[in-house]
Amino acid sequence: MSGVGKRRRPNPSGAVHARVEVEPSLEPNRTWHRGRGHPTSEGPATGVTTGDAPAGPLVRPYTMTKGRTRPTEQGGRLDLITIVMASPGHGRCPRDPERQAILDLCHRPISVAEISARLDIPLTVIRVLLGDLLAEGDVHTRAATPMTKLPEKKVLQAVLDGIRRL
Amino acid sequence: MASADSENPQDPQTAIPHAVKIIVAGGFGAGKTTLVGAVSEITPLSTEEVMTEAGYGIDDLAGVENKTTTTVALDFGRITINPDIVLYLFGAPGQDRFWFMWDELAEGALGAVVLADTRRLDTCFHAVDFFERRGVPFVVAVNRFEGATAYEMAEVREALDLSDGVPVLMVDARERESAKETLVCLVTHVIESRRPAMSG
Ligand SMILES: Nc1nc2c(ncn2[C@@H]2O[C@H](COP(=O)(O)OP(=O)(O)OP(=O)(O)O)[C@@H](O)[C@H]2O)c(=O)[nH]1
Ligand SMILES: [Mg+2]
Repeated sequence: MSGVGKRRRPNPSGAVHARVEVEPSLEPNRTWHRGRGHPTSEGPATGVTTGDAPAGPLVRPYTMTKGRTRPTEQGGRLDLITIVMASPGHGRCPRDPERQAILDLCHRPISVAEISARLDIPLTVIRVLLGDLLAEGDVHTRAATPMTKLPEKKVLQAVLDGIRRL
Repeated sequence: MASADSENPQDPQTAIPHAVKIIVAGGFGAGKTTLVGAVSEITPLSTEEVMTEAGYGIDDLAGVENKTTTTVALDFGRITINPDIVLYLFGAPGQDRFWFMWDELAEGALGAVVLADTRRLDTCFHAVDFFERRGVPFVVAVNRFEGATAYEMAEVREALDLSDGVPVLMVDARERESAKETLVCLVTHVIESRRPAMSG
């Protein structure tokens, strides 16, 4: 096949990027969000910004977290697809708008990724806020199964059947 | 039994479904969002993650002003399988600089679909490398855009240097049936690759 390069199997010791949870630069005069978290539109550059030009979430999100960029221990275990739900009897005391908005969404089971998308708040910030809510008992997650655990056989079979039914 | 959207406070644990995820990877404009949207019960949503590539151990904002940061947007869709299982499909950008996101995405993932865009096949090489190295089961779905060379699947397999066990299929990511078929192929492959080494 002409004109198509062949993939070369990588050197097994090839460097892998470290994933580090640190936050963006501070630039007080920018708006922190550019309207993502809505249904995506098509086109090559949808919703993607690069590191070259800091553009995106800046001061405001970390005001919500009082400057913290790391969640509490519980928050650190929140995967993209961890499902969260408001605890019975939560929220008797008044809360700031972001936490209240999260609680409002959590009346039904909802994933961390979906909370972030629907509220237009970056994942890292959502994790911090959810960590607080978990620590305070306002929300809970399904009994902890290690995130790294692969789905069980019967789950896989159910998924297969479910996709076939679509 | 509690249903998925139960608000029954008596038994909160059973009201929370189990979530699994599939990654849809591929180069720029390869059809990731289209594929997710074709099968998702919600219009694909987008969320973002912001990270820097240096500076382990920073717990607050002090001193991070000058760190290089990268923002990556992730598209995702959802399929409610049954009251107890929800499947999420994440469209993951294939560019090198987004690699930091992939470890998290791959963690616990059921498997991955690599979209191979025959106009620029090399844009999916990184994804193939990554899933191979991580041991995440994947299938390669070849989408043929108008005007692109019509490669035989064997040619794609050869160009990507795939192991024999990796399924390759054609897809039109815009077609729901075709997108479904791709997911069925993946999950079948995952189930088969889990089967313990035959011994009787
Ligand atoms: N012919 C053809 N066109 C497709 C197919 N899949 C997607 N497209 C079109 O290709 C364009 C890009 O598709 P997207 O789904 O946005 O691609 P993407 O991979 O999400 O793109 P980025 O997120 O920007 O990397 C859209 O105009 C789609 O309609 C396909 O299987 N066949
Ligand atoms: Mg896309």
